[in-house]
Amino acid sequence: MSEMKATRVAYGEALVELGAVNDKIVVLDADLSGSTNTAKFAKAYPDRFFNAGIAEANMMGMAAGLATMGYIPFTSTFAMFGTGRAYEQVRNGIGYPHLNVKLAMSHAGITLGEDGGSHQAIEDIGLMRLIPGMTIVVPCDANETKKAVKALVEMEGPAYLRLARLPSIVFEDEMPFTLGQANVLRDGTDAVIFCCGYMVAGCLEAAKRLAMENISVAVVNVHTIKPIDRETVLTYARKCGKVLTAEEHSTIGGLGDAVADVLIGQGSFSFRKIGIQDRFGQSGKPADLLREYGLTEEDICQAVKAL
Amino acid sequence: MNRLELEATCKQVRRDIINMTADACSGHPGGSLSATEILVALYCREMNISPEKMNDPDRDRFVLSKGHAAPALYGLLGELGYFDKSAFKTFRQLGSILQGHPCRDYCPGVEVSTGSLGQGISIAVGMALGARLAKSPARIFALCGDGELQEGQVWEASMAAAHYKLDNFTVIVDHNGLQIDGTNDEVMSLGDIQGKFRAFGYEVIQIDGHDFDQIFAAFDRKVTGKPKLILAETIKGKGVSYMENQVGWHGKGPNEEERQIALKELED
Repeated sequence: MSEMKATRVAYGEALVELGAVNDKIVVLDADLSGSTNTAKFAKAYPDRFFNAGIAEANMMGMAAGLATMGYIPFTSTFAMFGTGRAYEQVRNGIGYPHLNVKLAMSHAGITLGEDGGSHQAIEDIGLMRLIPGMTIVVPCDANETKKAVKALVEMEGPAYLRLARLPSIVFEDEMPFTLGQANVLRDGTDAVIFCCGYMVAGCLEAAKRLAMENISVAVVNVHTIKPIDRETVLTYARKCGKVLTAEEHSTIGGLGDAVADVLIGQGSFSFRKIGIQDRFGQSGKPADLLREYGLTEEDICQAVKAL
Repeated sequence: MNRLELEATCKQVRRDIINMTADACSGHPGGSLSATEILVALYCREMNISPEKMNDPDRDRFVLSKGHAAPALYGLLGELGYFDKSAFKTFRQLGSILQGHPCRDYCPGVEVSTGSLGQGISIAVGMALGARLAKSPARIFALCGDGELQEGQVWEASMAAAHYKLDNFTVIVDHNGLQIDGTNDEVMSLGDIQGKFRAFGYEVIQIDGHDFDQIFAAFDRKVTGKPKLILAETIKGKGVSYMENQVGWHGKGPNEEERQIALKELED
């Protein structure tokens, strides 16, 4: 596990690769194409790139219009603005009419770091989950991001892809990727961790450490948060009885709630959520912020033991 | 359609508006009646669109950004055969194809879903970009209200329309001067509407929005390298004496007595 790459970088590369074979793909950005990595697509296919300027609401409308003309628009900006500021445009202009627009938003979560709480989207998954018919994917590394982008091109309908600023581990093992199908990365019997995105690597490391203490922990990468893989969630929750969810997102509205929604009424489970505990983010180095907000390997180990 | 036919269609659409909003005991007759000539001019002569061409990629597109004028659009689409007119009776009822505000998933002939003000123009800009990218002759028309111009997104979209030099794109402003809480000037002054759109880069044409000669002349004006804005001066509630210029008729349906008075005034 040596290579480090941000999911946003992989996204930019995937757009260029897929843009070469599919001329229906168009890309929109709101003056952040360098940060979101859509600038690569803009350079390769200038006719199919539209900069909306610093006007996210209009960008969503333009994407909706392009979708009605048979194109597959990818819109990118920071997750804060793409899902927050332009929420109602996404909801009414894209979600309500089920248009084939892909919202690929970068700099999600607190690992955005130094820019601080105003720019750290910790509620984006929740906002997108509230929209009927919205597919939500949170890839854990660069390889999964590329597969996810391809899968989103191949599916019809609105989707949200959550991307990160921070370079993260690229897993050596090539994981399978099927939209809507969670990946069991490590089997276990005492507890299961359902996780996504940046947290996946930490959860795997935590599980290894716990194994040395004879605690057998399953790690399931729930890359598709909506529609969630109910079957895998139920199977592993029933098998292990103790359930932890881990996400770089508010504990309100995200993966933890999505898993809880599956488990309600399905039996008795010991259940905890790791995430941002109803606080705003703040400036800091990503590693310091992960410690401050309780998202480290150590926090995961302790949470499993507390189940 | 000749002039007499256009005028007869307007009367029929106006009767449909009255009947739909009366049957539903709700809806927006005032802003539907003010937009009737503009819609009839677009669908009956200007636009390359018909029920047979609903899936033609090169058809012209219309976006009703002021989605609350749905009764006018529905009336016209029904009269032109996009769907069976028996649906009029179901307007705003559970299961109807005629939702309170237009939704493309429900109603044949509706290109996009609108109703949340300010968004239609952005969507139309995206359509115009798409038509150009596809090298399609399709032209895109968006109708918005005057109160709607208070939405900041209208100006974001306008900046983009000019930036991308969208000369396949026309915005029509239904300027009836009234919005829910009063006149535009009482609620939030719009100031120099023509000057504002000119400054944003549009070719601006001011017309009487109930005069077909002026409407068609505005459509015929050739504009290259920039979008066109038609500022249509209209009368809210046009054609029904007790509704004309009355802010109270923005968003309620007539009762049975009022329906009969209106229908009598709108007889051929």
